Amino acid sequence: MTGGSTTGDDGATAPSTGLQEKRQGWPLWEVFVRSSRGLSHVHAGSLHAPDADMAVRNARDLYTRRNEGVSLWVVPSSSIITSDPDAKEQFFESPQGKDYRHATYYTKSEGVKHL
Amino acid sequence: MATTAPVEQIEAGEQLFRDLIARDSRIEPRDWMPEAYRKSLTRQISQHAHSEIIGMQPEANWITRAPSLKRKAILMAKVQDEAGHGLYLYSAAETLGTPRDKMTEDLIAGKARYSSIFNYPVPTWADIGAIGWLVDGAAICNQVPLCRASYGPYGRAMVRVCKEESFHQRQGFEILLELANGTPAQREMAQDAVNRWYAPSLMMFGPPDDDSPNSKQSMAWNIKRFSNDELRARFVGMMVEQVKALGLTLPDAEVRFDEETQKWEHGPLDWNEFAEVLAGRGPCNAQRMERRREAHEEGAWVREAAAAYADKQAAARAASVKAV
Repeated sequence: MTGGSTTGDDGATAPSTGLQEKRQGWPLWEVFVRSSRGLSHVHAGSLHAPDADMAVRNARDLYTRRNEGVSLWVVPSSSIITSDPDAKEQFFESPQGKDYRHATYYTKSEGVKHL
Repeated sequence: MATTAPVEQIEAGEQLFRDLIARDSRIEPRDWMPEAYRKSLTRQISQHAHSEIIGMQPEANWITRAPSLKRKAILMAKVQDEAGHGLYLYSAAETLGTPRDKMTEDLIAGKARYSSIFNYPVPTWADIGAIGWLVDGAAICNQVPLCRASYGPYGRAMVRVCKEESFHQRQGFEILLELANGTPAQREMAQDAVNRWYAPSLMMFGPPDDDSPNSKQSMAWNIKRFSNDELRARFVGMMVEQVKALGLTLPDAEVRFDEETQKWEHGPLDWNEFAEVLAGRGPCNAQRMERRREAHEEGAWVREAAAAYADKQAAARAASVKAV
């Protein structure tokens, strides 16, 4: 699998693989949009741009043509560090079987108000 | 890289791929996938992206001649959307491993395809209305089910595209409605445009099911959700109703609802013409490719200047870091 992430949050190349491809073209940037005050920046997609300033300008034109945002982040895709995609199961195994971390585990209080 | 991974890892990946498809879940870029799945998606998504990019031409050509400032502004917004749609789709295609520049090169070299609908001429303002109503309408019909395509990045790109596309169809409908309620000449112009765009827009769904070898595999992979003929029939049914609101007619005496199959039927389509246009012999193929090449060449200085500026800024930053 060649590098270059994107629209796929999962797609960012893990630096440890050393597979980050040296493209001839402009670098890839991941774009995050804050839709309004009080909310987090959310991943919207990716784009190519020669530098950070152009990436922000292009992100505005590409991802906020309809007032979708009040703030933008652009991050070089190569800077994103991901959990090892090939080790999904082991990595996320810890919470499994720990239902007691959820309120729904505790059923004896059913019918008791405000609890 | 898949080719160097140990056998048991590939087997596990293959199993996961099959499970995900069986559960109607999504495949993400770093997952193992069959080479044929990767290849088929790369082709489909990049062709889709190229179509958005080439699709800007027939409409951009009318911006200077749009009948009012309002229509000019709307058309510019629409053309800008098409560029955006092309970029979302290129991003999705890239996650499958083909670099962006390679896709651009393939389009310019004439190695890649784009939707043949954009190889038809757009001689009047009513054509802009008919393109919005029929061509974008057919595109929406095709694209809504693609929001659930099994490949995550493609589905996400399509969600974004579909949200924006509905304005395109409505603005086209309004252009036709205004002309249909205008002078007799305007009305005639609207009907003529609908007459010319009807059959090509039906052919946008692709060849009939019994002549579409890739469809079956694509449906087995949950990329396509409905067959070409199913989508086409659905589209015809919608147009039959909408054309009444326009006060115009569809140029198809054989349109009818088949009570037995519960599906809309339409008259025969000229699949030889479709094959000709697809093979590059449509009325505007050469012109569209020529314009795409010119635009790429004429834009070279902008790309070079942006790259030179970026290099200069990076060098200046490096120098100031050293100075500290």
